[in-house]
Amino acid sequence: MASIDIQSIRKSFGAFPVLHGVDLTIQDGEFIVLVGPSGCGKSTLLRMIAGLERISGGDLLIGGQRMNDVPPAQRGIAMVFQSYALYPHMTVRQNMEFALQIARMPKAEIDKAVENAARILQLTPYLDRLPKALSGGQRQRVAIGRAIVRDPKVFLFDEPLSNLDAALRVATRIEIAQLKEAMPDRTMIYVTHDQVEAMTLASRIVVLARKGIAQVGTPLELYERPVDEFVAQFIGSPAMNLLAGEIIATGAETVVRLDGGGTARSAVPTQTSDMGRKVNIGVRPEDLLAVSGDGLFSGEVQIVEALGEVTQLYVARPGGGAHIIAKLPGIHPDLRHKTVTFGADPAKVHLFADGRSLLYR
Amino acid sequence: MKSKPVLTILHRLAILAYVVFALFPLFWLLKVSVTPNDLLYSEGVRMWPSRTSFDHYAFVIAHSAFPTFFKNSLIVAGSTAVTVTILASLAGYALSRFNFKAKYWIVALMLITQMFPLVMLVAPIFKMLSPLGLTNSLTGLVIVYTAFNVPFATFLMQSFFDGIPKDLEEAAMIDGATQFVAFRQIILPLTLPGIAATLGFVFTAAWSELLFALMLISGNDSSTFPVGLLTFVSKFSVDFGQMMAAGVLALIPACLFFLLIQRYLVQGLTAGAVKG
Amino acid sequence: MTLAAHSHAAKPLRKRIADASEPYLYSAPALILIIGVMLVPLVLGISYAFRDIQLLNPFSGGFIGLDHFRALGQDQAFFRALRNTLWWTGASVFLQFIFGLILALLLDKPFAGRGLVQALVFLPWAVPSFLAGLNWAWLFNPVIGPLPHWLHALGLLDAPNNILSDPQLAMWGPIAANVWWGIPFFAITLLAALQAIPRDLYEAASIDGAGPVQRFLSITLPFLAPTIAITILLRTVWISNFADLIVVMTNGGPADRTQIVASYIFTQAFKRLDFGYASAIALVLLVLLLVYSLLIVLLRQTMLNKG
Ligand SMILES: Nc1ncnc2c1ncn2[C@@H]1O[C@H](COP(=O)(O)OP(=O)(O)O)[C@@H](O)[C@H]1O
Ligand SMILES: [Mg+2]
Repeated sequence: MASIDIQSIRKSFGAFPVLHGVDLTIQDGEFIVLVGPSGCGKSTLLRMIAGLERISGGDLLIGGQRMNDVPPAQRGIAMVFQSYALYPHMTVRQNMEFALQIARMPKAEIDKAVENAARILQLTPYLDRLPKALSGGQRQRVAIGRAIVRDPKVFLFDEPLSNLDAALRVATRIEIAQLKEAMPDRTMIYVTHDQVEAMTLASRIVVLARKGIAQVGTPLELYERPVDEFVAQFIGSPAMNLLAGEIIATGAETVVRLDGGGTARSAVPTQTSDMGRKVNIGVRPEDLLAVSGDGLFSGEVQIVEALGEVTQLYVARPGGGAHIIAKLPGIHPDLRHKTVTFGADPAKVHLFADGRSLLYR
Repeated sequence: MKSKPVLTILHRLAILAYVVFALFPLFWLLKVSVTPNDLLYSEGVRMWPSRTSFDHYAFVIAHSAFPTFFKNSLIVAGSTAVTVTILASLAGYALSRFNFKAKYWIVALMLITQMFPLVMLVAPIFKMLSPLGLTNSLTGLVIVYTAFNVPFATFLMQSFFDGIPKDLEEAAMIDGATQFVAFRQIILPLTLPGIAATLGFVFTAAWSELLFALMLISGNDSSTFPVGLLTFVSKFSVDFGQMMAAGVLALIPACLFFLLIQRYLVQGLTAGAVKG
Repeated sequence: MTLAAHSHAAKPLRKRIADASEPYLYSAPALILIIGVMLVPLVLGISYAFRDIQLLNPFSGGFIGLDHFRALGQDQAFFRALRNTLWWTGASVFLQFIFGLILALLLDKPFAGRGLVQALVFLPWAVPSFLAGLNWAWLFNPVIGPLPHWLHALGLLDAPNNILSDPQLAMWGPIAANVWWGIPFFAITLLAALQAIPRDLYEAASIDGAGPVQRFLSITLPFLAPTIAITILLRTVWISNFADLIVVMTNGGPADRTQIVASYIFTQAFKRLDFGYASAIALVLLVLLLVYSLLIVLLRQTMLNKG
């Protein structure tokens, strides 16, 4: 029973508040990914669940039991640190055995658990090496192995892949996904700042921002229906474009006259009282299309990045400001310095008033 | 980078010069101590006497208070080293692992103690210790030396603890280790070099201390080596062979200790220096 | 359930108090000792400077105000000692630093046997200071030491005499011993700082076409500067307080030519048992050193503000 209940948990360091009032319920067997800008308190939240950081207020329940004052080892959790935190003076085997020996597990069982974990993680040939004689990826796997052998109900990961190079990161990400699949009833909480890790691994993503949760949902929910401009720009890469304008027609479909000149249609419904309201429309780079005739805006393409399967265009924003980014499928070397008109499917046009999405109200 | 052979040779020669400069005085000490008396003056500046003898050593060990001095110094330096290392480990751990209000005051206090002339403390300490019966006693010396050495040793230990990531302790906590188990199985093995360096450093310092030993101790019975050797020098000032034999013997424990721990000492200072 | 709730409510407070007091418990023994054996005596020592404290005189102990300082103002021996202190400290620190820096640079280059060489050249540091003093006194003694003969052969001395008994040259004896003994300290500290300089900086500089001298001036020296500054400051204070070598080698002689303030204090306290006067001198030395440290810190501050 490894459901986790986080009830109005608060945390401050001295007088400095980091999290005020986080509420979150995690079901048995979920893979929760915590994302958010650096310094927003992801590690702090994870460490409070682990029992490494005192909870300033609120309750933490694991499997229905209040855990605020339970020592880490008795919470049924295991943690993989960003730095791996391998004991440098112990071999791989000793590192993995350590927790089991403390728990006074019989020797035969310890050996079985360690060898099993080593096999899963392809560490068998390295069991008698010291951590310093391992590569980064191997150390990372030892850290995971140390968590696995304890067979915890909850796995906690704090940016476990951030010290690996790109190729290794992809490979290890897939291993972690497979690991989760092999243990469907174990709950995993995973902190990262990597978009792709979040989108591919999570059953639900929790976006943390400015001292609290901004939004919780499946990766696609967050992508398609972000609750505010912050989440909209945080999920997806490159970030969603925002264009300022004013509502000129309401109803099942909303029409916005953009400050840069064009008009935008959005499938987000509005009420008559919204007439004349200042809003930002949001369009993801991949949802922008080159059109002939009327569109959202026209602008000169200033930079072309050909990535192969897509081309990213950096377009001058009408009226000045940061580039608007468009992502077109295929290769378009000829667009440089051309003025192009862009449009978008009304279903893909988000509406934000005062930063909040008009979808939710 | 290619290194030119001339430069390499110059580099090695310079190193050699330093080694010779560092070792020559010690070599000379050894040389005179094994020179028989009848050759001492006739072969005064020869690099090695034509005949060697250990008579001086035999005399010093058998017919002087030397063994007492040696024993006293061993007791004082050993107890000081152990006490300081324990106290400095505790304080260094606190400075390294906790953020507490008084931390900066403690650091400031310890830095200040490194600044003022210890000679200034001779008189007050003498006046304080004498009613307690701690003058003329090895215990008094150990207390004084411990206090003198704790500040630097604390900084040294702190730099070693700083070198052990906090993550390791947290990982051990999650693995279910109690504070004690975490300390014994994780922290202690990783701090061993630091402990060795501190022990060695303090041992050498206490072994060498002269001024307070002179002030606080009178009489051979509880004299330490430096004092004993000085009295020995003034008493037997004509017998250089015996003095130098005593000197060589005084040198042995400190140098042995140093050779064992010097690697860690450099490491410890490196850790400290990296932090600035 | 209520019981559980109660224990939950009580535990954090108790635990918080325990947690908060932990660092104090750990540092208390060291602190108590430092305060008891260093700070209290320091305060006492300062008060002695204003009292008549003579160990063998039972009628002493009264407050005499600034009498000691007035006496000090008339004390030619003290001013000589002050000049000697400057000379002793300046020469020792300068030579230790120069040779220590060169040694550190030499050791910073990898070569076969570096570990062994390092252990050997740092060995003088382990030699007890009184023994270093005796050892060098013997080396300077023409009866058994080679140095006077060599210096004579080199034409530096008119005759193979003991420089320790020559008023003009005596100070060089303790300085030589001090340099020999103190080089390792500078070398170790500077070597540690050198090894903390990122290697790729040198590579970048040599790609930019900087020669060895330029690399030294534009990378090594600026990186070492903070370490050099703090080490020199600490060593200066420390060496001006360091009387062991002088007490052992010359005892301040001949004709007070090697008497420094620290050894003068020692003479007053140990030989004359005049603790009051000794404390007054020590207080003056302490103030001078504090002023010196403050000046250095201020100088550094203004230089930083300009830069
Ligand atoms: N031990 C601490 N003491 C004081 N402030 C801390 C401490 N740990 C973290 N913080 C602060 O709390 C905030 C959140 O930190 P963290 O949880 O590490 O962020 P991240 O989301 O990048 O993991 C940061 O502003 C950090 O400076
Ligand atoms: Mg973090």
